[in-house]
Amino acid sequence: MADQPLVLGIETSCDETGVGIVRGETLLFDAIASSVDEHARFGGVVPEVASRAHLEAMVPTIERACREAGVTLGDVDAVAVTSGPGLAGALMVGVASAKALALALGVPLHGVNHLASHVAVDIVEHGPLPEPTLALLVSGGHSSLLLVPDVTDDVRSLGSTIDDAAGEAFDKVARVLGLPFPGGPHIDRMAREGQVVIDFPRGLTGGRDAERHRFDFSFSGLKTAVSRWVQAREAAGEPVPVADVAASFQEAVTDVLTRKAIDACRTHGVGHLQVGGGVAANSRLRALAQERCDAAGIQLRVPRPGLCTDNGAMVAALGAQMVLKGRAPSDLAIPADSSMPVTQVSA
Amino acid sequence: MLTLAIDTSTTAIGVAVLAGDAEPVRAVVLDARAHTEHLAPLVADALARAGATPAEVTDIAVGTGPGPFTGLRVGLVTAVTMGYALGVPVHGVGSLDVLAEQAFAATGDDVGEVLVATDARRREVYWARYARTADGARALGEPAVEAPAQVPEHTRMLPTAGRGPLLYPDAFPRPVADVLDVDPAALGAIARRRAAAGVPMPVEPLYLRRPDALTTAERAAR
Repeated sequence: MADQPLVLGIETSCDETGVGIVRGETLLFDAIASSVDEHARFGGVVPEVASRAHLEAMVPTIERACREAGVTLGDVDAVAVTSGPGLAGALMVGVASAKALALALGVPLHGVNHLASHVAVDIVEHGPLPEPTLALLVSGGHSSLLLVPDVTDDVRSLGSTIDDAAGEAFDKVARVLGLPFPGGPHIDRMAREGQVVIDFPRGLTGGRDAERHRFDFSFSGLKTAVSRWVQAREAAGEPVPVADVAASFQEAVTDVLTRKAIDACRTHGVGHLQVGGGVAANSRLRALAQERCDAAGIQLRVPRPGLCTDNGAMVAALGAQMVLKGRAPSDLAIPADSSMPVTQVSA
Repeated sequence: MLTLAIDTSTTAIGVAVLAGDAEPVRAVVLDARAHTEHLAPLVADALARAGATPAEVTDIAVGTGPGPFTGLRVGLVTAVTMGYALGVPVHGVGSLDVLAEQAFAATGDDVGEVLVATDARRREVYWARYARTADGARALGEPAVEAPAQVPEHTRMLPTAGRGPLLYPDAFPRPVADVLDVDPAALGAIARRRAAAGVPMPVEPLYLRRPDALTTAERAAR
């Protein structure tokens, strides 16, 4: 195992400062410093607050990852970093730090795509990825269906959200229901106490949309429908059944996500579905995906919740694959690319 | 002693390598919008031209601003990460302090006080007033960020370093010629002098502005 590459991965695309250390396909440690508590009082992620927090947390998080992994920086064979997509100012802190590390240690730098990393992280959880893999990535910033013949250099987009990301819809609906930010865990918790009694719309699933946007998503209309439903109740002076609204909203989101993911697997003849991203921590999504994959004879892979949300381990995991497959390292002059296309795996 | 000096608080992305008493080696690019792209290659270039490897660096000096946030952070995180990876101390120096010393070096002894005014964007400047001392400059107050017209008039009439006079010639009529951006070699020299004198040099960014965002409570109060 000692001949396997030791890769340090840095992730700063949003509000988590993540540093993960992977040897080959084994995760040694995943250190995270989150600024989520600082954002809660603003009701959403404030880019400048996130960037300031990244600068403060960067070195302490690198230090902790090395210490807990039982390695020294001198052992590191390559440095990987999320070079995009994400918040520009936040990405820059991680990219600049990764370059400084690579330069100081005299090791190669791999700038990698945040979304491909969300797919690759399952390698350190459940072993090598079947090729091709069908991936459903759902987070606060992204909702995508990807066909992945090779996570180190061939990622194809089948569809994505045409408006809000799934996680964004959770945050907005949580606000409508008076639940704190971030909304995902709160809606998940409330939904367990409620019943699916309201038939909220399933975006892009009917009529011409189902053909033209077969693998795309839309959650903006759903958010508006929930908001109107709640307002109508309030206007009538009736109590809002928060748990039932949460359960019904969550069902609408997870129904569309899993239905389209299974359809994509069947259409492309892929027997494996990989789910990742922060929304993959949602208990109903995990349960419904399992149920529908079992029924369709598709093997489902979902990493543990801590590896679904943003983290450094996923970047290290993809970086290690880049090294193992002999992919060319990145130049020290690479930018932080806030709108890096999902089909571009490395910078 | 091999000091690596980095400043990204002004329009110049600047790196200097100070090896012993040799003439400093500078690597500078004027591009206030691409710090992430330029800085690491500049560090590599300056070290290579000084005939040094990163492992030979004995200390790092970095400008702590004030300056536009995004670029400022690229310099700071590069310095602290390299310092940690190499196991060497990192010294923070206020970027306006450096410009003040550059201004005194560029003017005669008859100039006893200067103003430093740099671009803070949003039609404002970062500014501070300095007095000449035997070995450099002493700040006469904390750095501030304000519209040019908010700077007291008698202060605005002082010889002024930084890009303030270039951007707002009416407000700052007495530019110090050729002192526009932080010279990383001057930054390195100040850090060395302060280190020798035992002056603490924390690496704390001087933002001077709070993030542009209202808390949910503040929004509700509007």
